[in-house]
Amino acid sequence: MNYTTALTTCTYCGCGCNFYLEVLDGKVIGTIPCKTSPTNEGKLCIKGWNVHEFVQNPKRLTKPLIRKNGQLLEADWEEALDFTASKLKEIAGKDGPDSLAFLASAKLSNEENYIYQKFARAGVGTNNIDHCARL
Amino acid sequence: MIETVKAKAKELLESGNIQGFLGLIEKNGHIAPHLFTDPVELQALNLGDREKAGDARYPLTKYLIQIAKAHPEHIFGILVRGCDERSLKTLYNWNQLDPNQVVPLGFACPEELAEACECLQPYPDACEAGEKVSGRSFEGVAKLDAMERGERFDYWNEQFSKCIKCYGCRDVCPVCFCNECSLASDDLIQTKTFPPETPLFHLVRAVHMAGRCVDCGLCEQACPVGIPLRTLYKKIYAIMDSEFDYQMGYSEEKSPLNLL
Repeated sequence: MNYTTALTTCTYCGCGCNFYLEVLDGKVIGTIPCKTSPTNEGKLCIKGWNVHEFVQNPKRLTKPLIRKNGQLLEADWEEALDFTASKLKEIAGKDGPDSLAFLASAKLSNEENYIYQKFARAGVGTNNIDHCARL
Repeated sequence: MIETVKAKAKELLESGNIQGFLGLIEKNGHIAPHLFTDPVELQALNLGDREKAGDARYPLTKYLIQIAKAHPEHIFGILVRGCDERSLKTLYNWNQLDPNQVVPLGFACPEELAEACECLQPYPDACEAGEKVSGRSFEGVAKLDAMERGERFDYWNEQFSKCIKCYGCRDVCPVCFCNECSLASDDLIQTKTFPPETPLFHLVRAVHMAGRCVDCGLCEQACPVGIPLRTLYKKIYAIMDSEFDYQMGYSEEKSPLNLL
């Protein structure tokens, strides 16, 4: 028997609400908004309340997919990154960097988002960068 | 008082009468629900008081439902205030928890919390720590009842219109356990639309909670927009009391509405 509550931060938007994920025998079973968090004081929106449902959802992608002949097929990271890099280079070379756009995510950390925009701006050379938490 | 609770919980764990004690712990600078299995951890036990009494209460009995179901072979101790004990009683009535699997450890709430909650009985029947203070009457309800009818209707409509449909009132509720929720039923409300229908959404929940709500006030605390849900449900308590002679959370049997 192992029941723990893990304090973490919501990944849905930039507010930074805190909650506990209830873990029972290795399975995430519930979300408990943290009452002592100065950000959300024990309150959450509907997305936050349901975070535990996506964490171990079987529909969640665990491997990169590449579309080949109209079908999404599992690929390893090496292949997926090579494919993405060569396509980005090809498009930027042909139509210019502003023909590309980058969408960042609240599910990344602050630092990862920083690197991502740096990659878009300094690496590729476009200011076309936005974020899913533009609610 | 907290030392008495710690000592009792330690005694229970060490005696082997329980295999886990569900309470609150101070960790990471916060107060969190925690299942104590090692008596040493009890040093960090907390009663749910941060800056003021009871400002970090959690629906522990709700969490116990899933833990107890997964481990029917174990007996669990649980930290209870008056309202938690009322929810336990209700969960026993509804066969969500087995009283043979639960050992409550009760403590009384202080004066200031009893006052703030307008709690009828701010202590559990089985009270092992703290000094019992007397219950309060529902002054918030009386204040609203004193309003003129139209004014009161406008008041509630305005409150309900703030709702962002987060379902927090349901998700935090210690006595919300239905497999099929009224608030997810297309026959009763519009489920996939926003904003929620005013006042229907909240009245569907209010009617469903009649006979079940134990006046713990956690829904009101979880509400991001500050709808005075506790006052609404206190009014329901008063109606159930006067019309059906049924005291929600205090009566030993299921409510008379179950026959309907």
